[in-house]
Amino acid sequence: MIPADRPDRRSAKLLAVDASGRMRHSTRADLASLFSQGDLVVANDAATLPASLRGTHCASGEPIEVRLAAWVSVRDPTRFVALAFGAGDHRTRTEDRPPPPMLSPDDRISLGPLAAVVERLLGHPRLFALRFLGNRETVLGGLARHGQPIQYAHVPEPLALWDVWTSIAADPIAFEPPSAGFALDWRTLSAWRRRGIGLATLTHAAGISSTGDPTLDLRLPFDEPYCIPERTAAAVNQAKSEGRYIVAIGTTVVRALESAAGADGNVRAGEGIASGRIGRDTRLRVVDAILTGIHQPGESHFELLRAFADHAALEHISAAVVKHGYRAHEFGDSMLIERVKT
Amino acid sequence: MEADIDLKGLRVAVTGGTSGLGLALVRRLAVEGARVAFVARSAPAVERIANETGALGIVGDIGRKDDIYPIALQMTGNLGGLDVLINNASSLGPTPLAPLADTECEDLEQALAVNVLGPFRLTKALFGALAASARNERGALVINISSDAAINAYSGWGAYGASKAALRHLTAIWAEEAKADRVGFLSIDPGDMDTPLHALAIPDADPLTLRRPEDSAAELVETMRAALSSRTGQLDGAHP
Repeated sequence: MIPADRPDRRSAKLLAVDASGRMRHSTRADLASLFSQGDLVVANDAATLPASLRGTHCASGEPIEVRLAAWVSVRDPTRFVALAFGAGDHRTRTEDRPPPPMLSPDDRISLGPLAAVVERLLGHPRLFALRFLGNRETVLGGLARHGQPIQYAHVPEPLALWDVWTSIAADPIAFEPPSAGFALDWRTLSAWRRRGIGLATLTHAAGISSTGDPTLDLRLPFDEPYCIPERTAAAVNQAKSEGRYIVAIGTTVVRALESAAGADGNVRAGEGIASGRIGRDTRLRVVDAILTGIHQPGESHFELLRAFADHAALEHISAAVVKHGYRAHEFGDSMLIERVKT
Repeated sequence: MEADIDLKGLRVAVTGGTSGLGLALVRRLAVEGARVAFVARSAPAVERIANETGALGIVGDIGRKDDIYPIALQMTGNLGGLDVLINNASSLGPTPLAPLADTECEDLEQALAVNVLGPFRLTKALFGALAASARNERGALVINISSDAAINAYSGWGAYGASKAALRHLTAIWAEEAKADRVGFLSIDPGDMDTPLHALAIPDADPLTLRRPEDSAAELVETMRAALSSRTGQLDGAHP
């Protein structure tokens, strides 16, 4: 668990970039005073599963780490798309971990109190469909007791769910935290409410951000189910029709809203699946600005920003981020980028 | 009309659900058609009550920080969210009861861990789910079980009384802070009941002078129903 009193948890920085490319350096606390009356902030209220499980590959007796990576059927916790890792832990860079034991269909994997079966391989020796033996209650109970949040090499402390649930976390369907939401606290939400800035939520099952394997990373992001409540769709559509700003808290919100938008830009309520990448060639229909973490060129999160700003502007932002020492990871600093209107 | 709100499908979590008031609440809510999850420390007792009531049983200790999120995960994951949280699990502190000057520090700490920190942590972990329920007009409510020992200074009830006083004030402040998010907070004193906890505190009490936990549970469910009907705007609709 990350100590709650570690100073950098409260002193995160915020880089705000407006549509003309003008940059302002401030702190996350300043979020409360950003945006204007009538703007609508949309956040992802998914809570994060303890998706990393250690255990033994029964056929070989070898240690294995299984990371749950995507849903087979959303909210059915007995079946997942999963990734296998070999010995070692998060302190070794994902890229440097030894390969997992060779998996074959019907192999048993013992994961603490849980037993799982390899249903089939998914086009790569480390990616497979996994089925837990048991029902919803026993599997969720086993995950709660034995699972750990997916760890990051840059965070030395073992993470606990305390660290990865955002303040608004409600529905445990994400595999990694929708980390832009770490910037939100109830004080900020309350300040926005007083200033007439709306808040709406959707639930998007944020998937894993990295597999540690370049060929598998090309397949990211995996399909991510989302659910947009009626009220959220109505609030977004009304704001759009009145020319008000839509601010997405995180890339998952952008994916969900843009995936649910029709050709007319109206967002449909209900369940959906966000697939494919958003990038330079994507024409955003809904979102006007994004609050996100600090990302590096090449990461899929950074590539998504190309839908908001052109190459030169992003180069400029990247340089500023390095120069001013912004911290780039899930528990790091934030940036707010307003979309250049075309 | 207001009292007619249907509890069918309402997602309720109860801590300390295998004895006393908590058990009576689990039974009552299950009979009314609510979707109930309860927590208690003893695995055999949890299994027994889950089998009897059909409610979801979760093994955990509300007084341990490490247990809080695993509990919250199982509640929200199994119920698909949460509308009502009833923080009922309580610790007496020293048993037999003791004057404060004789109370071990560890016994006071235990009372604070279960009666104050536990409800605080669990409510904080579930506040996102409760606020989501409120945003979706389902009504969201936290009920913290209090006691007259939270108000009156009874000799021998120092650890329990001080912790329940803290919980009562925590509830009042959270009620103010969560108003705009439309998450309701209630502190309810169910009265002196014929429960295992009471027997631990006053072993020679005459049971005839004590309330049946079933009666307190029925009353509490009515209070909950009234509070919800004023919050949801749907007076008689079943919860989807």
